[in-house]
Order: sequence, then C-alpha cells, then structure tokens
Amino acid sequence: MKTILFIEDEAALQKTLGEFLAREGYEMISALDGEIGFKLAKTKNPDLILLDLILPKKNGFEVLKELKENTKTSDIPVIVMTNLEAMESVDKALELGATTYLVKANYSLEEVLEKIKKVLGE
Amino acid sequence: MEVKETISQFNIPGQCKKYGLPLWQCPQFLFLIMGATIIVSILVAYIVGERYIEDPQIIVLIVLFVAAILFIMASIIIRSFEKLAEVSKMKTEFVNIVSHQLRSPVSNLKWVIEFLISGKIEKTAEKQQEYLQILKENTEKMEELISDLLIVSRIEQGEFLPKKEKISLDDLIEKAIKEAELFTQASNLKIEFKKNKELLQVNADPFQLKLAIDNLLDNAIRYSKEKGGIEIKLEEKNKTLFFEIRDNGVGIPKEDQKHIFQKFFRSGNALKHKTEGSGLGLYIVKSIIEKSGGKIGFKSQEGQGSTFWFSLPIQ
Repeated sequence: MKTILFIEDEAALQKTLGEFLAREGYEMISALDGEIGFKLAKTKNPDLILLDLILPKKNGFEVLKELKENTKTSDIPVIVMTNLEAMESVDKALELGATTYLVKANYSLEEVLEKIKKVLGE
Repeated sequence: MEVKETISQFNIPGQCKKYGLPLWQCPQFLFLIMGATIIVSILVAYIVGERYIEDPQIIVLIVLFVAAILFIMASIIIRSFEKLAEVSKMKTEFVNIVSHQLRSPVSNLKWVIEFLISGKIEKTAEKQQEYLQILKENTEKMEELISDLLIVSRIEQGEFLPKKEKISLDDLIEKAIKEAELFTQASNLKIEFKKNKELLQVNADPFQLKLAIDNLLDNAIRYSKEKGGIEIKLEEKNKTLFFEIRDNGVGIPKEDQKHIFQKFFRSGNALKHKTEGSGLGLYIVKSIIEKSGGKIGFKSQEGQGSTFWFSLPIQ
C-alpha cells in the first residue's frame, strides 16, 4: 500500500481529497501546516507528497526547499497543489524541485487520482 | 447617438468624474486650459510685439514664461495619464485577487459534490452529514466574501453612506460579544468588556458600526494565541466616545503596519497564523469610522498583540 503525505491547511480539502484517496487504497497522512508537514516527511517516509502553497507556519515554497535539501526526503516526488495560477509561482515550485503541479479548481477528484497514479508509476 | 457622444465629450466635469480624478488632474480639462494658454499667449505676443518690437529681450522673457507654463501643464497631464493607468492596473489586480479567493471555496464545493455523486463515500448518515456541513460552510464563506466585495464597491462609488440615528455603542458591543461566543469558547478565549456606567449616545449607523465592531472582534479572536484574553474598553474622552479592543495575539510586524488598512493587504505573519481571510475587513472598518466622523488607529508589536481603537464624536 502506497503512502501519501497530504500537506494542506484547509480541513475541508483534507477531508474530501484525503478520504477519497483513502477509499482508492492509499494510506493517507495529513499535515495541517508546513512545519508538521516537513517533520512527517522525514519520519514517515511517504511515497508521495501533495503540497499546498499557502500554508501556516511554513509556506509551501519553504517546505519544498527543505524537502529537496534534506537527503532523507529529496527523492520523494512532490505534487504542488494550488489555486495560485500565476505562472511565476508554478515556475518557482518546479524550479525548487516539484515533480509537477495542479490547479485545484481545474481538476476533478478523478483527474487528481490519475495524476497521482502517473507520478507513482502505477 | 453620435452627436450625443460628441457633446458628452465636451462635458468635462462628467468625463473627469467617470475616471474618478479631480478636475486639476483630468486630461480633458488640462488640455482645455493648455489650448486657452496657447491662444492667449499668441494674442499677448502679438500685442506686446507691436508695442515693444525695439526691445526683443521682453519678447524672449515672455516666450520663456509661456514655455515654462506649458511645460508644467504637460507634466501634470502625463502624471494624470499615469494615474489612469494605475487605476486600471489596480482594477485588474482586484479581479485577479477576487477570482483567486472565490476559487478556493468553489473547488471545495466541486470536490465534495463529486465525491457525493460518485457513491464512493461511506453510506452512513453521519458521513453524509459531515460532507453537507462542508458544503454549508463553503457556501457561507463565498457569501461573506461577496458581501464584503459589494460593500467595498459601494464604498468606492461613494454609495456606502451611514443612515445615522442615536445609538448606544455598549448594546452593539454586547451583542457582538454574544454572537462570537461560539468562536471564543472554541479557542478558549476570555473577553472582558469594561465601560463607564453612564455613557452618552452617538449619532451613527447601527448596522455599519456593528459591522465595524464585528470585524475588529473577529480579528482579535482569529489572531489571538491559545488561551489568550481580549479586552474591550468603552469610555468618554474629550467629547468623543472612545472604543478600544486589545488582544495578546500575533501582532503586526513593523514593516506591515503602514499597509494594514489597505484593501486586500494581509500581513505576512497573519498568513502564517491563519491562511484564510480576504484582507477587506480593516479597509471596511476604517471607511465606516471615517464616514461616521470618527478616527481610527492601532498600536501593535509583533508577538505581543495589537490594540485597535476608534473614537466617535458625541452628539
């Protein structure tokens, strides 16, 4: 069973996407802020990280940078999830080492699932 | 129709109002003045030239003087064009921010509905109830944002005017505290309300002032630390009614303090604490207090807390 760490501060999204993916057979770990997210990435060693950009305590860019700088976590693929469509923020995330990104409002749950499967090579 | 449009071009005050610029900054008006200056200066040059043609120095001085006036006017005109461009840029940014803020609840609604329809959701009444609750909260969030935006738009068009009547501020404050009880209990906060026994009434719009107090109280609750306390004071000071709300929350960093009443501005450490929020609340509060003839301000230290105050003239 593959493990996904979902770093997102909005409880509603945590619940919806989290439970949806759990029903699809993934083990979900949830983090409600950037600091806890980074800690859990180091200790739980997930197969994939879903990362929101606007987060309390540490924002998504900071988390991404730390993930990629840490040898324990640098190989974990990261999908950046955002509603910031401004190209510069997407470019910045990709530059920092995100595998890919998705704009939440443009994706259905099924499409998010497809993207996750692709990144995990399933 | 065309004739009408051409005539409306000459309605300079009307045109300037359309751009939201004062007369002395409005391109049409400035062009008119510039044209008049050119015609007058030609006439003056002709009259003066006829009389003093033997003394060319005076002519040179007059030409220099007129050139200087035209130069100044041209620079004002350029500035006014810059201002128009700025306004239009701000409008575009406004649309960007608004669409981004509406997007987040919309994507929540979309995913919950998709999940509910898919039938993959647990079929217990409890689970369904939880998801319906998410739909309700996000719909309310959108409603709040839209209502804030409508107020901002009315403020900017000069239509958000107070319907003044004699009111007691303490009643409004007590009501606001009561309504916020659910949140204060959830965050383990204590609110203390101190007031003088006999307080005079103020002449203000009860709906607008309640909105202002709600916003200030909401901020104090949102940015309080756990187990914090909020203190509200209401007293008479130099013929004004003085309201103060103090929290011991996250505070506002010094570099952000000058922007705090700006539309859509959110402080970096506020974002670190609570990512939700439109950045419209304090802008609306300031506008309400000033339109009611009052003053507003704050003191804040990062990590220590903030104190917001306003004062209203006593009738």
